[in-house]
Amino acid sequence: MTTPLRDSSAIVLNGAALSALPDGSLHWPARNTVIVADLHLEKGSAFARGGQMLPPYDSRATLATLATVLTRLRPHRVICLGDSFHDAQASDRLPSQDRAQLARLVAGTDWIWIAGNHDPAPPPDLGGSVHAEWIDGPLVFRHQAEMGPRAGEVSGHFHPKASVQTRGRRLSTRCFIEDGSRLILPAYGRSTGGLSVWDPAISGLFPKGFSVHLATGRSIVRVPKARLLRAA
Amino acid sequence: MHKIDLNLPKKFTDWFQQKGWHPHRHQLDMLAADRQGAHTLLIAPTGGGKTLAGFLPSLIDLATNQTDGLHTLYISPLKALAVDIQRNLMTPVEEMGLDIRIETRTGDTPANRRQRQKENPPQILLTTPESLGLLISQPESFALFKCLHRVILDEVHAIAGTKRGDQLALCLARLSKIAPDLRRIGLSATVAWPDDLRAYISPTAQPDRVVTVTGMGAKRADVRLLETAVRLPWSGHYGLHAIPEIYQEIKKTGTAIIFVNTRAQAELVFQELWRANEDALPIALHHGSLARDQRRKVEAAMADGSLRAVVATSSLDLGIDWAAVDLVVQVGPPKGVSRMIQRIGRAGHRLDVPSRALLVPCNRFEVLECRCVIDGVAEGTLDGDPPREGGLDVLCQHIMSLACAAPFRADDIFAEIRQAAPYRDLTRDAFNAALRFVEDGGYALKSYDRWKRLFLTSAGTYEVANPKLAHRHRMNIGTIVEAVTLKVRLRGGGILGEVEEYFATGLEPGDTFVFAGRMLRFEGIKQTAVEVSAARGKDPKVPAYMGGRLPFTTLLSDRVRATLADPSSWIGLPDQVREWLNLQQWRSLLPGRDGLLVETFPRAGKEYLVAYSFAGRNAHQTLGMLLTKRMERLGLAPLGFVASDYVIAVWGLHAAKDMESLFDEDMLGDDLEAWMEESSLMKRTFRNVAVIAGLIERRQPGQEKTGRQVTFNSDLIYDVLRRHEPDHVLLQATRADAKGGMIDVGRLAEFLARVKTGGIRHRRLDRVSPLAVPILLEIGKEAVFGDAEDQLFDELAVELIEEAMRMDPQGGLPL
Repeated sequence: MTTPLRDSSAIVLNGAALSALPDGSLHWPARNTVIVADLHLEKGSAFARGGQMLPPYDSRATLATLATVLTRLRPHRVICLGDSFHDAQASDRLPSQDRAQLARLVAGTDWIWIAGNHDPAPPPDLGGSVHAEWIDGPLVFRHQAEMGPRAGEVSGHFHPKASVQTRGRRLSTRCFIEDGSRLILPAYGRSTGGLSVWDPAISGLFPKGFSVHLATGRSIVRVPKARLLRAA
Repeated sequence: MHKIDLNLPKKFTDWFQQKGWHPHRHQLDMLAADRQGAHTLLIAPTGGGKTLAGFLPSLIDLATNQTDGLHTLYISPLKALAVDIQRNLMTPVEEMGLDIRIETRTGDTPANRRQRQKENPPQILLTTPESLGLLISQPESFALFKCLHRVILDEVHAIAGTKRGDQLALCLARLSKIAPDLRRIGLSATVAWPDDLRAYISPTAQPDRVVTVTGMGAKRADVRLLETAVRLPWSGHYGLHAIPEIYQEIKKTGTAIIFVNTRAQAELVFQELWRANEDALPIALHHGSLARDQRRKVEAAMADGSLRAVVATSSLDLGIDWAAVDLVVQVGPPKGVSRMIQRIGRAGHRLDVPSRALLVPCNRFEVLECRCVIDGVAEGTLDGDPPREGGLDVLCQHIMSLACAAPFRADDIFAEIRQAAPYRDLTRDAFNAALRFVEDGGYALKSYDRWKRLFLTSAGTYEVANPKLAHRHRMNIGTIVEAVTLKVRLRGGGILGEVEEYFATGLEPGDTFVFAGRMLRFEGIKQTAVEVSAARGKDPKVPAYMGGRLPFTTLLSDRVRATLADPSSWIGLPDQVREWLNLQQWRSLLPGRDGLLVETFPRAGKEYLVAYSFAGRNAHQTLGMLLTKRMERLGLAPLGFVASDYVIAVWGLHAAKDMESLFDEDMLGDDLEAWMEESSLMKRTFRNVAVIAGLIERRQPGQEKTGRQVTFNSDLIYDVLRRHEPDHVLLQATRADAKGGMIDVGRLAEFLARVKTGGIRHRRLDRVSPLAVPILLEIGKEAVFGDAEDQLFDELAVELIEEAMRMDPQGGLPL
């Protein structure tokens, strides 16, 4: 059990002091770096292409949240952990207003695009640099966690979410999941769904147990594994 | 007795004579109206040959004129058409030796039969609004319905005013377009708004086109209040205290239906009845979540008279008509006089005996409500709300269906749609918005031009952009958006029924719950089923279902307030209740007929506010959210609230003083808007609207979790639409739904207006008043029961009751 005074957002990973933020981004103060995963920009228009006319504002919503955190923290470096675009044509579909917003954000920083399975090659014209993975001191940043012990690995891909029950109500929300050695970020894209941390695809990566930090949008709530509902 | 109408064909008169029957007057009246070419509405209680009355014109027509093709369409809200139809239609047809092909078509009809029905249709087709909606979306619909003569709408009172009713009305408009001479026949129970029903049936939405035929009046009913010998509970909605007495009533009776208000209550009452069942009487359970086979078995056992009692929810409100039911027991008030009359109609169809019904209040407030129901039944007062305007979400779905059937011109379908009563006042702007939504989502940001769903041809007609879209649309037709459920599978046994996913995912292996009348142990979730084994635990978790309880009607609210305000009307109430009300009068005030009584008092370091608002539980939930927001702004530090049909209680750190501003109507302005932005109820309402309109595809039965790549967060859709497109058609539809239903803003507005004219009386008390005890006992109650909680509640109950009833000789005057 954790003591109530302990900071819910603090994560120590392979010796690096990190901070989970309520919007689902990760802050590494020592390196002045902000990390986000799975923006899935233009997911809405991907549905529209298939005949399901979802509102064309999902990229705008995601970028607005991202702009807020970047304006506040003014990081030197931003790392996007892959699946930043929902598919290979997504950047072409990005409405011009949103495209300009993204370009403004990229221009102010050392922007690292990690390649994901949805976007193996993020668009070159937006600025930033593309990498398969990025290593900085004790941490390695990649899109998808690799099997076996990986000290200091920070990744995305799985869109972890978790549920708790309190006062008879079930609350389900996106979350960070970590075991002090490995960390998986929640999907940052506002339109994304999630995968339960109990899914073997996620829990299998944490054979020695894990802790979860719920990103509620307003706060980070650290929940011990035993309190989580085993949602289907 | 009436003379047999000589105009009946011989086969028919012979048959009536053989049976020793005479046609009922309403059956002949229906025939006479039909011969004059009229559309008809038959209003009659259950039984009395209502179904046959509806079919009689068609049967005579088919017996005397050889016609090919589909002649008559029968539409019922029930998927289980078979049982009742067998008795009321198939049997007479067989016995008269009529050569008429009659078939059913529902979601369960196999594909090869459906195909055959399209190619070689029966003369009479029995179906549901959903199956009709699907037929309408097919290009073959024009040929299929070209020669349709009659459409019979059964239980039309139960469907008009719902979204299924909206869909049905739109489909009827299309049928009349295809077959302009189509005759419409509606069959209904007695309702408070017959003219609205006539308009609903009318092909032009004008009531005067429809002739009303009235069946035999409701029979005299003998309705009693159960006078319990035990102490009446202060709160609670299960009625378990009265189980021994209910059991004695069953023992004295031939066959009884025990109606309850929720599925959870049905499980508990059934469980307790079995515990009391020392004579091993055959008692069964029936509710909407049980496996279909099990329900059919219970219905059959009921029909052949082998049951002594069945515990049922509204699942038995419609359809099957059992002559042999001798007693209807209603546990907890039925929440409306009309509903009670309809339920009473399920008992005693024998002409010489009055229908017998017994009302069992579950707590003291419910005694008052039950008393009012009994008075209402005696006076024959009807209640319930008339149909509201048609939903824009249903309209969107229907427009896509029309496009799937054939290319259309906007002007043509606009005129067609306005012939349907729910849409008779539809504006062109609203129609255009719905059409634009179907076309490309209808967003101001024009980024989807490339992927339109409808394609406007140079000839000015709209066409579906590709066949794949039409196929997918047909998979999503229908207006019932149910909570996702999981089957319950007994290890080493069969499927017992379904529970909501929400409930199932809150279970841990080893948890026990009561379902289908059994105590079960949760083992785990395998694929789409909840695996359970038989258990013997003593503290079950009870299945919780969404949207369980309906609020009481405004008529009952008026009557309860009138009773409370007038002590001379308390004669006949149980002593316990009169004593309680007398104490309230002495300790505080009685809530008046008009206006609002508010009590505030300190208790255990907190400040309580109890408002006797009587606006129904749904409106009270919304009121609670808005009040606490307001109190937060005033620095009163509210901590929580709890609501019943009658009362709302809010508690916090500081006492509220200015009641006028707290309950001001301006609550429905900015506060409501701010709340709607975050409310999970609003988000759920929006989600249902989005599914019906076709923005979000429904999860098909048996379809596994689709994985995150194809799911889209519906809360985000709601958020971005509110921000970027506040007037979007789906938000309009969501706001319209919020006026009623779970959010009930309409009733909240009525209440606030009543407060404004009637004024507020505020009583500052030094402790809880007798009338406030029941609501305080509701605080913290959850669907989950266990030893620890029960004990806590018992302690709290004793403490509260002593406090309220204490006869303090000094300073007892309330202030």
